[in-house]
Amino acid sequence: MLEVRNLSLAFDDLVLADNMNFTLDQGKTHVIIGPNGTGKSSLLKTLFGDIQPQSGEVLYQSAALTKATLNPWRQRFGYMPQDINLDVGLSVLEVVLLGQLNALSLKLGDSLLEEALQALDQIGLLHLANRDVRTLSGGQCQMILFAQALMRKPEILMLDEPVSALDLHFQQVLLDHLDQQTKQKGWISLMILHDLNLAAQYADNLLVLKGGKVVAQGAPKDILTADLIEDVYGVKADIQLDSLGVPFVRTQRRGARAFMSMKDTLVTSEQSTKERAL
Amino acid sequence: MLNSALITEAVNTQRRFEKRRWFVLTSLLLLLLCSFVFDIATGPSLLGIQDVSNALLNMLGLPVDVARTTEVIVTNLRLPIALMAVIVGGSLGVGGAEMQTLLNNPMASPYTLGMAAAAGFGAALMLYAGSLGMSAEIAVPVGAFVCCMLSASLLFGLAMMRHITSGQLILSGIALLFLFQSLLSLVQFVSSPELSQQILFWLFGSLTKATWSNVAITAVVTLSCTAVLMKDSWKLTALRLGEERAKSLGVNVTQLRLKTLIIVAVMTATATSFVGIIGFIGIVAPNIARMLVGEDQRYFLPLSFLVGAFLLSSASVLSKVIVPGALFPIGIVTAIIGVPFFFWLIIGKRR
Repeated sequence: MLEVRNLSLAFDDLVLADNMNFTLDQGKTHVIIGPNGTGKSSLLKTLFGDIQPQSGEVLYQSAALTKATLNPWRQRFGYMPQDINLDVGLSVLEVVLLGQLNALSLKLGDSLLEEALQALDQIGLLHLANRDVRTLSGGQCQMILFAQALMRKPEILMLDEPVSALDLHFQQVLLDHLDQQTKQKGWISLMILHDLNLAAQYADNLLVLKGGKVVAQGAPKDILTADLIEDVYGVKADIQLDSLGVPFVRTQRRGARAFMSMKDTLVTSEQSTKERAL
Repeated sequence: MLNSALITEAVNTQRRFEKRRWFVLTSLLLLLLCSFVFDIATGPSLLGIQDVSNALLNMLGLPVDVARTTEVIVTNLRLPIALMAVIVGGSLGVGGAEMQTLLNNPMASPYTLGMAAAAGFGAALMLYAGSLGMSAEIAVPVGAFVCCMLSASLLFGLAMMRHITSGQLILSGIALLFLFQSLLSLVQFVSSPELSQQILFWLFGSLTKATWSNVAITAVVTLSCTAVLMKDSWKLTALRLGEERAKSLGVNVTQLRLKTLIIVAVMTATATSFVGIIGFIGIVAPNIARMLVGEDQRYFLPLSFLVGAFLLSSASVLSKVIVPGALFPIGIVTAIIGVPFFFWLIIGKRR
């Protein structure tokens, strides 16, 4: 169980966490949603020990994260940062291998190589194994970094917008694999998503962040309402339950009406030009 | 299962990559050996390649006949210089490679971060102060070493700060470069013309100051530093994925950065204090190595050493044969030969 207690975090006058409290259970997929710049990535970095909070604490299995426990703490983490740029002269296999950094020595055994290749195989990217990573597309890099995070055999896996560059197929591959492994291995998985429908489909526990507070937390079907979405994002949306009982979020296009009114003004100004010309 | 066959195939391909990298390493070693022998053979009295090889084999304890004069020339005059070229070249190559890794920038090297300029300033200051009454052979290298470590320690201080980025480190290094260059000019400005000439000659860089004792010191420092870096090779490879990602893989980035910076500073300070400023190899050698074997540091690091060593060793040969009978300062030769070659590499890569 990962626990956040009375966490407060601010950069100057920008409050990112204001006396925040929540717990994340083993074997569940937890998803954070919330507006841009509301401190989602900073929250992950705080849990990883990269940012020190002003007050409050983070505990894993009742042991607190402190400066002294930072290194062993990080060894239990798989953390996939948002940045997917890979500009380095290494092969895909070598990048995935780095997930097991502590096991690597000057001479690489076959078993480690095979393990890394299996991680790639599980997400359908075995055919890329020997490619130079600089020749990959952004989405492919993202998948490779996911494989690297899997190689870490984490107890806690944190992913910062893991599907931001992925096509429909790989979104499903990544999220399905993550969900299945989380349940099978009893990980605590925590990811940030922007697509509310993906969040609704994959979250066992959804945390909605706004202004440094967790404004709602629970199963998506219980908490995802039109009012919540309007409150958090300022966007009007229809929410229906699909055939599986998962909330389905459909936003209304605001541009449609705006465009119509813009066309009206254009016509009027055109007319007035004509009138003046006459 | 079909995939297990594919996995085996991918493992084999990876092993083939590794074999190819070993081949590159071995080739470079052979090239280095050639330039090393040539380096010993060339000089005021030209020796035959056969004589040189015989003298070397004789030194290694093999029963080969060598003329007494050849033996004396080789062991007392040429060998320290040739060895110094190999060691200093390797040291500059490794230093550049790790600076580039650390700062995530192919333009970084101990030279561009002001370490060499600081060494130059230290040496100039010592010459200006009349070596403080000590022998110049000792005082000048010590001055260079101390100053180089001083400027590097400013960088250490910055590197230890928690949220400093590589970009900020590079900028600080470049600022230090300008600072020490100005201070160096200042010393030259207030010196007498003769002294100024002496300082200038030191700055050119020269291998002729090599003696068996300073070759031994440089060799021990360079080889042990390289060995320590090799131990961290995977962590350094991980660092190239970016600092945040390296942290996510469990690397203590602040500690690794400081450790590597100190090692590189010690290597650079040692090399520069005995031979003066030899620019460019620190930038070129790692870039060539990267093109040849990629950035798996298990190969990248030793290859940067070998390429650097080969470049300086062949520059040493050239410095002796450009104008027969005269010795060109090697610091000048490396840049003049190296720059066109480097341009060719950069443009060739773009195609």
